[in-house]
Amino acid sequence: MTTASTSSARQLASAPVVQPVWVRVTHWLNALGAILMVLSGWRIYNASPIFGFRFPDSITLGGWLAGALQWHFAAMWLLAINGIVYLLLNAVTGRARRRFLPLSPRQFVADLGAALHGHLSHDDPARYNAVQKAAYVGAAALLVLMVVSGLVLWKSVQFPLLRTLLGGYESARVVHFLAMSALVAFFVIHVVMVVRVPRTLRTMLVGR
Amino acid sequence: MNQNDRIRPGTGLSRPDRQALAKDAGRLLRGPARRLFLRRGLTLGGLAMLTGCSVTDSETAESLLMAVSRFNDRVQAWLFDPQRLAPTYPESMITRPFPFNAYYGIERVPLVDTAGFRLKVGGRVRQPGSWTLEQLASLPQQQQVTRHICVEGWSAIGQWGGVAFAHFLNRVGADLTSKYVGFKCADDYYESIDMPTALHPQTLLTLTFGGQTLPRQYGFPMKLRMPTKLGYKNPKHIVEIFVTNDYPGGYWEDQGYNWFGGS
Repeated sequence: MTTASTSSARQLASAPVVQPVWVRVTHWLNALGAILMVLSGWRIYNASPIFGFRFPDSITLGGWLAGALQWHFAAMWLLAINGIVYLLLNAVTGRARRRFLPLSPRQFVADLGAALHGHLSHDDPARYNAVQKAAYVGAAALLVLMVVSGLVLWKSVQFPLLRTLLGGYESARVVHFLAMSALVAFFVIHVVMVVRVPRTLRTMLVGR
Repeated sequence: MNQNDRIRPGTGLSRPDRQALAKDAGRLLRGPARRLFLRRGLTLGGLAMLTGCSVTDSETAESLLMAVSRFNDRVQAWLFDPQRLAPTYPESMITRPFPFNAYYGIERVPLVDTAGFRLKVGGRVRQPGSWTLEQLASLPQQQQVTRHICVEGWSAIGQWGGVAFAHFLNRVGADLTSKYVGFKCADDYYESIDMPTALHPQTLLTLTFGGQTLPRQYGFPMKLRMPTKLGYKNPKHIVEIFVTNDYPGGYWEDQGYNWFGGS
């Protein structure tokens, strides 16, 4: 190793941890779980489309309805258990409070404006701007909504309170689909943002 | 369910998927910089592997998925509350016309002779034998207007009338500690349910629909109606009922659908 790469390696090693290992692990498990749920979910939707279109079967998971259902009801365990672990650790370590609060609508508007003009700084990947905070909190809330509406679809008789909250079985189908659409939109924007600031992918893989 | 949901897909990745995958693999092996790996990792070729048949058709994946499905049966049995009733609806909300649904077209619905029909009852029961439709109609009848939910996602509200299945099982002296109640149907369909659901107050051995004799296309001579289970679990054209501790399976379950199928 040359002197230059040794000192830069030392710099990286002493850089502060941006994402602890539990955040990284839960992040990627969540990504896997959510992708499996969405792709198998699309094939289930195709069996009885509530809107006037089908997803091309080639981009769905499961091959046919029975296969899609198997994937969906297997991946749900990964999504739910990993999600609960993530939420618990966020609460217990205080990371939720540090990273996501305060949530200021005024700051959100300011940061969104700065971003659209290319003026939003990304010097410190450990500090989320207001748009990021809102997006990540929103994505987590959407995932909770997916699980809740999913429970109503799966067991509308055994979860009467949730069923009533969502306006009944048929209404829950619409909620489940709309929340999925918002989640997919988040995913697309999220990936685009990561590509624009590749340093963030590194911190989510290596931690710093 | 429609034909698409009936036919299992073929095996193996399509040619374009295999080519895309090979190109990605080549790129990964060549570049020394990690940046290349990070940027190329999430390509469409990589994602295609998830949707391609090779993952879902691998024997390991299939047996794992089936094992999870059986685990889900246990979870569903635990979640099932024998006291909890499915919602009921006013007659004004009945779906008209109620949809016809089977694994074949309406022209192939079986034709069962009313007078000559005998329901065969057997297995772990003290009074095995056969029942005519008249004998069944003479038992105490109940009505329900409930939501039929199909595994495909759609639902329809219908009105069924018939014998409380718990009452019927007691009449034939069924061993209620048994695990399963099995059904054989005139159209080669077959099903089985768990005993707790068989005894649920809303589980009806139905002879009528909309106040009229169960029409041929809705399951004549009888259909087991369970608003606590998905549509495919509600067998139509029943010709035989038996109580057993040996897992009888089901037409759709034997092809990969979940057995408990509970709402």
